[in-house]
Amino acid sequence: MTALAPTPTAASETDDVARPAGTRGRGTRWWLYVVLFLGLVAMIMPFVWMILGSFKTDAEIRQYPTEFLPREPTLDNYATLFGRLDFATFFINSIVVAVFVTLGNIVFCSMIGYALAKLQFRGKKLLFALVLATLMVPGVVTFVPLFVLTANLGLVNSYPGLILPFLISPLGVFLMRQFMLSLPDELIEAARIDGASEWRIFLRVIMPMCGPAVATLTILTFLASWNNFLWPLVVATTEDMYTLPVALALYSVGQNAARYGLMMAGAVVVVVPVLIVFVLLQRYFVQGIALTGIK
Amino acid sequence: MTLTAWLFAAPFLVLFLVFMAGPIVASLGMSFTDMTTRDLETPFQVNLVGFDNYVRLFQDPRFLRSLLNTFTFVIVAVPLTMALALAVALALDKGIRRFRTVFRVGYYAPVVTSIVAIAIVWRFILQPDGLLNGFLGLLGIQGPDWLQSTAWALPSLIMMAVWRNIGTLMVIFLAALQGVPREHHEAAMVDGANAWQRFWNITIPAMRPALLFAAVITGIGFLQFFEEPYVMTQGGPLDATLSTAMYTYDQFGFGNYAYASAASYVLFIAIVILSFIQFRFLGKKD
Repeated sequence: MTALAPTPTAASETDDVARPAGTRGRGTRWWLYVVLFLGLVAMIMPFVWMILGSFKTDAEIRQYPTEFLPREPTLDNYATLFGRLDFATFFINSIVVAVFVTLGNIVFCSMIGYALAKLQFRGKKLLFALVLATLMVPGVVTFVPLFVLTANLGLVNSYPGLILPFLISPLGVFLMRQFMLSLPDELIEAARIDGASEWRIFLRVIMPMCGPAVATLTILTFLASWNNFLWPLVVATTEDMYTLPVALALYSVGQNAARYGLMMAGAVVVVVPVLIVFVLLQRYFVQGIALTGIK
Repeated sequence: MTLTAWLFAAPFLVLFLVFMAGPIVASLGMSFTDMTTRDLETPFQVNLVGFDNYVRLFQDPRFLRSLLNTFTFVIVAVPLTMALALAVALALDKGIRRFRTVFRVGYYAPVVTSIVAIAIVWRFILQPDGLLNGFLGLLGIQGPDWLQSTAWALPSLIMMAVWRNIGTLMVIFLAALQGVPREHHEAAMVDGANAWQRFWNITIPAMRPALLFAAVITGIGFLQFFEEPYVMTQGGPLDATLSTAMYTYDQFGFGNYAYASAASYVLFIAIVILSFIQFRFLGKKD
């Protein structure tokens, strides 16, 4: 059992308290910075190109060779998106759907998460296994019968039709259950002795401690809904119900297909808000992956 | 207590049964019928046709082509994404001290973006006179017409998928690297093991669960690829990028509901088999 024996030198290192340095070379690895930087450029370049392109005129984009920076920056593409085309509506549709989907996931996944984590009942293990098993079921397997169901409920081309199938997610249950398992039982026991109902314990004791898990669930769910494509494509049949990805995809293969600047501006409207939120909240994105149990 | 627990579970369960478990079963059931768009309002008055839809699927060269494309996509893109993500994670974890957050945020950024939006951007980058060929031109290379070439269209989509998914696996691998016992590395260094030996004999075995997880989630995601061909190539040229998910969507669009369900179930079974193989292959203890 030598695993716990500390090496004498490790403790004397001062610059790496949080991050073990054991195997790191002392020399500067300048070439590694160069490689990582080139990789970073490759990762970021499509976004830069997208933003620059959205300010270019079509004539300018079609020129060859294309210049990197827009020669005569224009807002025409954005004016067309929000004027002649109805991107304001698509934007609002995307927001409405994402907000309701996120709220539903927070409420419903927290509730069943509490039952699975802190209550004892028959069939609990089976229930959890059933939910977990559907984690890997792709949307492409369920969308045909889902469409038949939605059509018979009269919900095609409506907000409920867009929202209802996504109000819950197996991942949300998994996330909330895992987090709640880590909360101490003593507080719950104390509240029970004081005569609090389970509903009250859930609302007043458990949920106030679930901040990090709810934050993560909110981000993951909102993002998934914002970027969701197949189901909105199937169920939104007229323009007034399109979400942003649906509108963008249909325009990009339709008559505006060759209008590069316009398409780039459309992509900016979908992508840039998400990128801004991501940079501001990147800690929570990373936390999400840690919380879902990947060690 | 049991009643209370089920009450907490009830709202989720109702939605789950109606919108998830139900359709999974219904999809299987539908695949054995002759349901089309004409039966939309009377979904229970359809005829059972046994395995006819599946037989027709496997006689359709376009469906077989879509399976081939999908498997090619997965078999190339999964290891490529994993290898690049692992390289980035190792470099960020051990190789450098400064700008870690900048690199991490930058490499992860594509993950949060809409595939549709980013596919449109890539479509323009991959034009014959687009950004990529402009760059290759600087190196003296004459790039192909990526998306119109039967040889290069699928590799182009793979390239974009790898680009978009490196970030996810990078974060998973970074977390896993934190869990590799440092003492093992130190002991191995004392024994004279070089960096390469330590990587293969200590780091990789310790990361086995993370590698398994990464392979499974990436494999499942890539098996369903749909937005990329929909936006970038419409499945062309000559079905070179037709994916099984896209084939399913097209059949649904033609009103062939039962046939589309059968196609989607083939994909579903492929997903189950792939996960199973990956668990057996990567999950085993040495």
